[in-house]
Amino acid sequence: MRRLTWFNVTSLTLGFAFLYLPMVLLIVYSFNESKLVTVWAGFSTKWYGTLLRNEAFLDAAWVTVQVAFVSSSIATVLGTMAAYVMVRGGRFLGRTLFSGMIYAPLVMPEVITGLSLLLLFIGIGLDRGILTIILAHTTFSMCYVSVVVSSRLVSFDRSLEEAALDLGCSPMQAFRLVTLPIIAPAVISGWLLAFTLSLDDLVIASFTAGPSATTLPIKIWSSIRLGVSPEINALSTILIAVVSVGVITASIITKRSALRQQAEERAAERL
Amino acid sequence: MGQTVFEPWNDPNEKPLIQFKGVTKRFGEFTAIDNQTLDIFPKEFFALLGPSGCGKTTMMRMLAGFETPTEGTILLAGQNIAPIPPNKRAVNMMFQSYALFPHLSVWDNIAFGLKRDGMSKQAIGDRVAEMLKLTRLEKFARRKPHQISGGQRQRVALARSLAKAPKLLLLDEPLGALDAKLRQDTQFELMDIQEKTGTTFVIVTHDQEEAMTVASRVAVMDHGRIVQADTPARIYENPNSVYVADFIGDVTIIEGTAKRAADGYDITFAEGQPALHAVSDVQLTQGQRCYLAIRPEKVSITAQKPEDKRNALKGKILDIAYLGNLSTYHVELPTGQIIKAQTANTRRLSRRALTWGDEVWLGWTDTAAVLLEH
Amino acid sequence: MRRAVLILTPYLWLLALFLVPFIIVLKISLSDTALAIPPYTPTLDFAAGWQGFKDFLGALDLENFTFLSTDDLYWKAYLSSVRIALIATMLTLLVGYPIAYGMARAPEHWRATLMLLVILPFWTSFLIRVYSWMGILSGEGYLNQFLLWTGLISEPLTILNTPVAVYIGIVYTYLPFMILPIYAALERMDGSLLEAAEDLGCSRVTAFWLITIPLSKNGIIAGCFLVFIPTIGEFVIPSLLGGSQTLMIGKVLWEEFFNNRDWPVASAVAVILLLILIIPIILFQRNEQKQREADG
Repeated sequence: MRRLTWFNVTSLTLGFAFLYLPMVLLIVYSFNESKLVTVWAGFSTKWYGTLLRNEAFLDAAWVTVQVAFVSSSIATVLGTMAAYVMVRGGRFLGRTLFSGMIYAPLVMPEVITGLSLLLLFIGIGLDRGILTIILAHTTFSMCYVSVVVSSRLVSFDRSLEEAALDLGCSPMQAFRLVTLPIIAPAVISGWLLAFTLSLDDLVIASFTAGPSATTLPIKIWSSIRLGVSPEINALSTILIAVVSVGVITASIITKRSALRQQAEERAAERL
Repeated sequence: MGQTVFEPWNDPNEKPLIQFKGVTKRFGEFTAIDNQTLDIFPKEFFALLGPSGCGKTTMMRMLAGFETPTEGTILLAGQNIAPIPPNKRAVNMMFQSYALFPHLSVWDNIAFGLKRDGMSKQAIGDRVAEMLKLTRLEKFARRKPHQISGGQRQRVALARSLAKAPKLLLLDEPLGALDAKLRQDTQFELMDIQEKTGTTFVIVTHDQEEAMTVASRVAVMDHGRIVQADTPARIYENPNSVYVADFIGDVTIIEGTAKRAADGYDITFAEGQPALHAVSDVQLTQGQRCYLAIRPEKVSITAQKPEDKRNALKGKILDIAYLGNLSTYHVELPTGQIIKAQTANTRRLSRRALTWGDEVWLGWTDTAAVLLEH
Repeated sequence: MRRAVLILTPYLWLLALFLVPFIIVLKISLSDTALAIPPYTPTLDFAAGWQGFKDFLGALDLENFTFLSTDDLYWKAYLSSVRIALIATMLTLLVGYPIAYGMARAPEHWRATLMLLVILPFWTSFLIRVYSWMGILSGEGYLNQFLLWTGLISEPLTILNTPVAVYIGIVYTYLPFMILPIYAALERMDGSLLEAAEDLGCSRVTAFWLITIPLSKNGIIAGCFLVFIPTIGEFVIPSLLGGSQTLMIGKVLWEEFFNNRDWPVASAVAVILLLILIIPIILFQRNEQKQREADG
């Protein structure tokens, strides 16, 4: 049944062409000599040079990485806690509200999240800057982390924890020594997700960033509103390359370790 | 006058329903079926038996139309079925996983094939009701497959595949998913339904007991070949090879060299041991390598040397497996070979006559063992 | 004690940074615009105590909502958001289903790679993915160059800054959200069900309609919601690709806030947007719940 029919081949080819062609064009034209983005005028890497000399972009990139790193780290801690509470917490007052608040930001339009956080920051008189972006990003990405981690916790064999308790662990030790190592892949992918979401975010950052801090997406946004530019093409190429290398490396590592585990199991069976 | 025995394969006037003629099936380099010829007759309950990967499922999938033979032809009622797609064949299949449509009720599952034939609503309703009655599922008609038990699911699958009154019903490991007790009951139910509907059944199974219970004939398969196709009794009592003897039931195989004797052969199998005598029709050359297959229940075990048995060997009890109704003794000969003997526990023994380490005599008649060439 | 810390930390965080801000939005949506900082009245005066609170409540009204219902710009924006989201969701389904189907039917050793290829764009910047279409769809863009070169058209097509560009942008950016749930449903499907349907007299096409589609129903529904819900409030795509022609509520909210500095109206727009979203969100949750129960 798993034969590839012409229909399947066609739909896969067209589908992936649709998904990847725009990015390929972007990458190709980032090496275009001409200032006119859509006219090919020969190979050049000059836009990468211009980009690297552009202080404003570099500053924004640095701010973005800082924000993403700090917010995703806090979000991972809070999100893992929230997931644990959701899956293992039992009953407590306001559990429904809690789970509502975890799922709501996932479906909430970004304009609303951004607007409401901005109004809060103004209300309490907090100056907008890196701190406010971090607070905002932590809030919505901790919900993503919590969803990723709790789906792993749900499928987690509870008797492992019980075995740890039975062998003399305190609940805290059981979590640290047994649960955490097993859910670690989910926690790591939660962190990566939070990090990327923060890197990507334009709307919420626009609301919560002040004049003192501008993130890369905001910078890109204000520049592409004016139209296509070769500098942005170069920047996009760099971002695409970084993400692709990261994601592909991660998946290769996962696959390798799965293969190694298989090989080890097979070797063990032969003994 | 008794009833005529159902043996269409012995009647030269009977027309087979299915004929495999020199059928070969290859998947790339791998030969799944190797030039096989086989006739299956109407109303037969035919079993394809063998370990996984022996080609039995491929045989069946070719009948259903999910695979086409690489070489050779398959005839159904005299007609070549190769060009007929599965949805146009008068053949239905009961899948190993049952393949019940999870989004449809029991009733709709059974009616599924009938609706495809464009039958009237009335006729569909009647037929489904009939099938529900046959499989005792009336109460569950409105339930979804996940709301009924494994045994009930199995009956739904059977009802669904029988609903279109196919000429031939294929059953792929139909009882594999049931537990042992339920499987036994269901085996008899299957036979009952097969008899009532008069449909030809072809069943694929790896369970030799199941094949022996339900089938009128069993084909034992190995590596894409049918090794032996015969009635269960003949397969058991007259296996044509060590493979069949070993696959069906419990057996001890003794390897030796043959020497022609009056009504069969004397087989020398080890130094210092007497030659074993077996009555046999097989033609062996002097000194040819051969095998003796002995069923444990045909071997007697006694403390004294048996005088009435042509073959007698002395050994020591190594192991006793107590199975309730039977006990199987593993007896080690001085040569290190182990021969199995089985006795029926006809009395409630509080005290065993024979026990571990005892010196015993094994005995069997000259017709008890089967002499095999390979 | 430890349990309390465990529960309270994320709980308080969400209360302070999710629920409270939302209540503030609700409150400001009931206030009046003012030329002040912050640009609305009343503001809650804590010093005035209980009386101050009562005055504060008394000054709140539904004026902004009345305004929204009388100015047909907002009506049109809401309706057009819902319409665009609906059409775009259908288009995404039409594009995504064959891809998910092809993936689920692909040989097993390919599937992990195909999955990776679907997820990879999801990790790349949303903004850049939308931006990549600007160069393709513009008047002198790659698509027009290509079509002119093939001779299919003699005049460049105007696609950028039209709703068509918005549809393309939405389908493109949200495609993984459609593919993944459908793929999950199709991949889980037992292949012998299709063989059984064929065995019982179905042609391949009927088997597809009677078995494959119903069994991937949950995936289709989940995918549609995952596209529809965020699309309604979408801001980036209509702003970059839709031009001034395309009216979507996310864009209106942005402009009210940043360009007109009308915070109360922006907040009222947000409140209504959320009310519109509640129905699909609840339906989506119900569907997920049902799915979980069906899976045991």
